[in-house]
Amino acid sequence: MPELCTLSDDALLDRLQRAAFGYFVETMNPANGLVPDTSRDHSPVSIAVVGFALSAYPAAVERGWMERAEAVRRSLLALRFFQASDQSGSPTATGYKGFYYHFLDIHSGRRMWQSELSMIDSALLIAGMLTAATCFDADNAEEAELRELADALYRRVDWHWSQDGTSTIRQGWKPESGYLHYGWEGYSEAILLYALALGSPTHPVSPDCYAGWISTYQWENLYHQDFLYAGPLFVHHFSQAWIDLRGIRDRFMREKGSDYFENSRRAVLVQRQYTQLNPHEFTGYDCNGWGLSACDGPTDAQLDVSHEQRRLFGYAARGVPYGPDDGTLSPPSVLASLPFAPELSLAALRNMLLRYPEILTDDRLTTGFNATLADRHGRPWVSPGHYGLDQGIVFMMIENHRRESIWRRLRGCGYLAEGLRRAGFNGGWLDRSADTGARA
Amino acid sequence: MNAGFDASIRTPTDAYERQRIAAVHPESWNNPEPSGPYQLVIVGAGPTGLAAADAAAALGARVALIERHLIGGTCFNTGCVPSKSLLRTARVYDQMREADRYGAQVPDDIRVDFAAAMARLRRIRAHLTHSTSVRQLAASGVDVYFGNAQFEGHDRLSVNGQSLRFEKALIATGARPKVPDIPGLKQAGLLTNATVFDLTELPPRLLVIGGGPLGCELAQAFQRFGSKVTIVQNLPLFLEREERDAAQILSDAFRRDGIEVRLATTATAVRLEGNDKVVDLVSADYHSTIRVDAILAGIGRRPNVQGLALEAAGVEYDDNDGVTIDDHLRTSNAHVYAAGDVCFNPGYAAIAQESAQIVVRNALAGGCERLSERIVPWCTYTDPEIAHVGMYVREANTRGIPIKTFTIPMHQVDRAITDSEQGGFVKIHVREGSDHILGATIVSRDAGDMISQITLAMVAGVGLRTLAKVIHAYPTKTEAIREAAMAYNRNRLTPRVLARLQRRLAP
Repeated sequence: MPELCTLSDDALLDRLQRAAFGYFVETMNPANGLVPDTSRDHSPVSIAVVGFALSAYPAAVERGWMERAEAVRRSLLALRFFQASDQSGSPTATGYKGFYYHFLDIHSGRRMWQSELSMIDSALLIAGMLTAATCFDADNAEEAELRELADALYRRVDWHWSQDGTSTIRQGWKPESGYLHYGWEGYSEAILLYALALGSPTHPVSPDCYAGWISTYQWENLYHQDFLYAGPLFVHHFSQAWIDLRGIRDRFMREKGSDYFENSRRAVLVQRQYTQLNPHEFTGYDCNGWGLSACDGPTDAQLDVSHEQRRLFGYAARGVPYGPDDGTLSPPSVLASLPFAPELSLAALRNMLLRYPEILTDDRLTTGFNATLADRHGRPWVSPGHYGLDQGIVFMMIENHRRESIWRRLRGCGYLAEGLRRAGFNGGWLDRSADTGARA
Repeated sequence: MNAGFDASIRTPTDAYERQRIAAVHPESWNNPEPSGPYQLVIVGAGPTGLAAADAAAALGARVALIERHLIGGTCFNTGCVPSKSLLRTARVYDQMREADRYGAQVPDDIRVDFAAAMARLRRIRAHLTHSTSVRQLAASGVDVYFGNAQFEGHDRLSVNGQSLRFEKALIATGARPKVPDIPGLKQAGLLTNATVFDLTELPPRLLVIGGGPLGCELAQAFQRFGSKVTIVQNLPLFLEREERDAAQILSDAFRRDGIEVRLATTATAVRLEGNDKVVDLVSADYHSTIRVDAILAGIGRRPNVQGLALEAAGVEYDDNDGVTIDDHLRTSNAHVYAAGDVCFNPGYAAIAQESAQIVVRNALAGGCERLSERIVPWCTYTDPEIAHVGMYVREANTRGIPIKTFTIPMHQVDRAITDSEQGGFVKIHVREGSDHILGATIVSRDAGDMISQITLAMVAGVGLRTLAKVIHAYPTKTEAIREAAMAYNRNRLTPRVLARLQRRLAP
């Protein structure tokens, strides 16, 4: 039995959260503050992972895991890098129109893999900058510079340009081919993106943009749950790493008598029901073995279950109930469900750790494992190394579950609050913050 | 490269084909002499024209039916009938290869006899001439003319120079394949729905350009026959109008079949190198080239509005959108109607035939029926099938109609599990707060048959509360529909209602 499983819930979460934070401490490039996508050799930077790192530093300071000055120094490294980065939009630049390419070289900070200028990943990065700016509020030169940089970098993002004249925000852009459209439709992790884009004092998206997006929502009764449908679990998490969506509602949720927080709880129930039904008869699926989400998975072998040859998807956004599903589960997505369904998440996490101790190395969860594809010793296939996105969402969701500190801080971010209001959200803390006048 | 594949297409001339041609365009046919004005002249003898002729003749009207080429039109000769025949054979081969999924033994040596599959297709098409033939039409009192029709005025037209007067006319000339404008494609040679069913030899490597219904169906069929199929779609998903989850399930099914799926990809140029057709593809900034033996394209449709001298009759039209009609299917000439693929998409036979019925009742029986009042289902016959009726969620959202979906994945349905067919779902959309059905999508191996229950409920004005009372034979896949209806009933049990019930049930 892993030693971790003998700990109390709080001690267990403390260990996991601290180890998750360790990812950022250990992997950051000390020259520019950038953080790699994964712990694997030669990994590029994922701009979203930098956003998570910037969000994690202040909470780590509060927990006594890092000196404030060191956290500010690290944050400033990254902010100064982005401020000075090549924004020409050339194929080897860092960004364009205030957005950034999804993957960057960790040393030069230039575009890698011909990656796209990513609107959602840029939003996660900007959210990290604003988190740092909101938290590091001391009256000294370093923290003042940090706040000014974050503010300037947010203000320079041309969100309106990202609409490409359409009713919703485009998902990407490449210098070689222009705007990209992946055909994403329906509920996604983009509430944060839209809130930031609507709240911009300089280049906001058009006011009807949010309505255009939510017109693609599907409100479903699935497994006896009334549920705003999205298949992969991470969709139900990412915006809520930053925004406290408890009790505040947009028009859609007002009409449905629910909210996004409650919807994320139901997403857990839907996942559990699916893995109990386990239509493809995968090993390890049950009421405490769930977590279909975006993660790395096996690709190099064919999996034989009930005489069915099926495909393996590698890195993919696995989802419920329509798939793709190849038997791969994402343990971090289970832990990230903690604020929404604490008992169910912890029960599942403990069960998975007990059954498959290989999913944990250095107190960090693997991004994905596949127990159906076990070796001859019965050990599951486990994705090697760790992913920064996983460690980031795990850190933030444990923090929000334990102390709500990130939610509480971001309620004071005026841009975000204004963006939420322009999207039609009201109620709860949003109304109260309007009364008191939230700070930008 | 495959030097053995003969890419030229020649219509086979076997006994089945001779039987079909004799039925749908006999060489010896002499056009009749009109004895006076017709009460209805129908231009085009596809499914719409035939249905209209049949309905009008049954009313006792004097009817003329004019066809340029073959009675039965695209649907019968080069569309639904041959494609469904072909799909059935392809499924047999798939089931042979997948036999172990069902606890059966995979045959040792599965050899595809493509020529036999095509011969079966021709036999079935010939067999169906029992119900689709010129002589049958003539026997029912319809005057059949072969030739090119041209309007000469508001109440008359000519067929090969022979003048016909009419009180009412129906334009039902259908549509033809729309060949995409890709440099080099026409020169390299391509298959369309008009020629693909004449193949007698399987192309070893096939490129399908376009992810609409027929492209998807044929891509899967040819892959199952053994072609190495690549399908290129310039959008991020197949079947543009269908629900995202349905299109996603189809993409997954294609990949399982081994089809190379290239979404958000455009074919930019085609050239011949020896016997190979070499096609350049672009996806965002990713450029690639593939070599194939045959290209299936032209599966979009273009309305047949040219050569009819529609201006002479005062009938407005557009080259892309076809003849302009109102909800009563009347054109800008009040005596001329249009129906079928010549005036609206999608080109599904069910809509074409129903529109013909509306025209006959409106034109001849003083009716005032509207097309928009009809509830029309459609189906894409891939495996699994994707069937839809009524409204889509995005349509309801756009129109501000509150909508809620009751979803039953097929893996919750016993019969789907016993048949190892758990992929798919039944989704029934209702107006939020009521049991009024707005639409439904079904993805299942026999979704085309299953959707009829929802269509029936919608036509009869039956809601989910009633559907919950309909007992289905156990086990059947249509139980998914009742399960969705029962989910609706359970959903009505609010905490207050539940508390009341619990008080009543308390000992």
